[in-house]
Amino acid sequence: MSTELVSGLPQMDGPNASQKLFDADTHTINFGPQHPAAHGVLRLILEMKGEVVERADPHIGLLHRGTEKLIEYKTYLQAMPYMDRLDYVSPMCMEHSFVLATERLLGIEKDVPLRAKWIRTMFAEITRILNHLLNVTTYALDVGAITPSLWGFEQREHLLEFYEQVGGSHYHVNYFRAGGVAKDLPAGLEDRIGAWCQRFPKFLDELEGLLTQNRIFKQRTVDIGVMSAEQAMAWGFSGPCLRASGCAWDLRKAQPYEMYELLDFEIPVGVQGDCYDRYLVRMQEMRQSLRMVEQCLNHIRPGPVKIADHKIAPPSRGEMKRSMESLIHHFKLYTEGYHVPAGATYTVTEAPKGEFGVYMVADGTNRPYRCKIRAPGYAHLQAMEALSKGHMLADAVAIIGSLDIVFGEIDR
Amino acid sequence: MADATNLQALGAAIAEAAGPAVQEVFVERGAELVLRTGRDTLVPLMLLLRDDPRFAFEQVMDICGVDWPERAERFEVVYNLLSLSLNRRLRVLVATDEQTPVPSLIGVWPAATWYEREAWDMYGIVFAGQTDLRRLLTDYGFEGHPLRKDFPLTGHVQVRYDESRKQVVNEPVTLTQDFRSFDFLSPWEGMTTLPGDEKVHQIRSERGQIEGPQS
Repeated sequence: MSTELVSGLPQMDGPNASQKLFDADTHTINFGPQHPAAHGVLRLILEMKGEVVERADPHIGLLHRGTEKLIEYKTYLQAMPYMDRLDYVSPMCMEHSFVLATERLLGIEKDVPLRAKWIRTMFAEITRILNHLLNVTTYALDVGAITPSLWGFEQREHLLEFYEQVGGSHYHVNYFRAGGVAKDLPAGLEDRIGAWCQRFPKFLDELEGLLTQNRIFKQRTVDIGVMSAEQAMAWGFSGPCLRASGCAWDLRKAQPYEMYELLDFEIPVGVQGDCYDRYLVRMQEMRQSLRMVEQCLNHIRPGPVKIADHKIAPPSRGEMKRSMESLIHHFKLYTEGYHVPAGATYTVTEAPKGEFGVYMVADGTNRPYRCKIRAPGYAHLQAMEALSKGHMLADAVAIIGSLDIVFGEIDR
Repeated sequence: MADATNLQALGAAIAEAAGPAVQEVFVERGAELVLRTGRDTLVPLMLLLRDDPRFAFEQVMDICGVDWPERAERFEVVYNLLSLSLNRRLRVLVATDEQTPVPSLIGVWPAATWYEREAWDMYGIVFAGQTDLRRLLTDYGFEGHPLRKDFPLTGHVQVRYDESRKQVVNEPVTLTQDFRSFDFLSPWEGMTTLPGDEKVHQIRSERGQIEGPQS
């Protein structure tokens, strides 16, 4: 530990000195795991010199539930609900990677009905708005603005109602399936989403009015936590954090999956790579996602929402009651599940936080042999020291907020 | 996405540039390029993949372990690389066992640190040159490597707060019902021989009457 005199203090010496000189040692503080600005259970060991961060050592794993181990002991269908619980702020995007990976290994990507693909794309974009709404507003809360979070949570509630209408619950919907989605959209939902699309831009304008030119918000975020494009690449950044550093990289454009090839949207890119740019990128992404939701609504046509193969997707309830074969299919599917041919895949989607990947190894049985989950926040949090070194303690809070950390996916 | 022939050409180009460092190249299901390399050649190969403008894999997106207990070298370390400029993905596999360290990629990508710490934590794979090989996801003072196939799903200890001792204590795990693992290999799919039916199965396979995986 180094001992240094604090500069700027008047030098007092001699026996008459009424003021005492004091030393500013580097000292270590615990940030979290119960701090509201730690966005969950982050324990950050900060070595401070005065109020300046010297070293930041994130201790993670306080929310480790062994998801990867549990998935190895479940059938592919039973493993689905675990995905919702990773990034619980954007559950359907987590399901998306898992479902696409399973479909790839099964070799059924081409057989998934179009309606199911459009529904999944639409809900992935609704989920992106859900996620960004929470991040942007709580981030504003971290740097001192309370109103955005109050407004944003109201808007989130509208979106979560759409979740509830398709999947039956607000967060852990477990809606996507290998080969389609669990249920068709209920009657009238498309109209309700359409009506919400009309209302939402006004809210976005209001939210931007609160923050984008806000003097305090800018003082807290501009030039804080700057990441150059090269650094961001070396640290494995992806998603909005990478785009804020000036890399125009989006998996939806670069390696299109699902129906993104047919959608018309733009990729917002930042310039400085600071906390403010990360905020701006997310705000613009919400507008783009809204465009995509509207396009999806125009594209959705009536049709099946599940693959026709009853070895993978269950037969309808009515069929099951009448046909012996359907009954057997139903029983086998929900006890044994489907067997996935041996192979491995690293399947990625552009989740709201960045590249969410599933490295899945199948060994020909009905359970994944290995399912590694690549969470974007994991890579972002790792760069915490690089981002916060030399900044003040309060800036570390702004940096954590701008990285969009959710511990469900980091700790798995 | 790049198709299989493009990937094959890329694989051949890497194999040519890297020489004997590349032990095997194959394209998985026509969509994903996979390389197999040795521990000694890992770091030079990765530097080549990152710095050569023909490959330009700027990012390591994921590093993870896979446990294959029946193999001589039971662990496989999997590196998933991404090239932003050329829009390509590549997977590099390295085999190792419990003792032999794999060289760390800390000098190539700083992002490798947490992934290597996690592989150490979960599998006990040692990374040579990694200065920060602490546990990452498991509890402070945890023993064992939970993602190994021989580590039970239930774990060995359970944690509770002891009111009399005023501290958190670890105790051997007790379950009211033992963990049940079902054998799902059934005649419906997968296993084609019923117990006691081996002779019939043999006759049928000699006649070429059996399709699909043989068991």
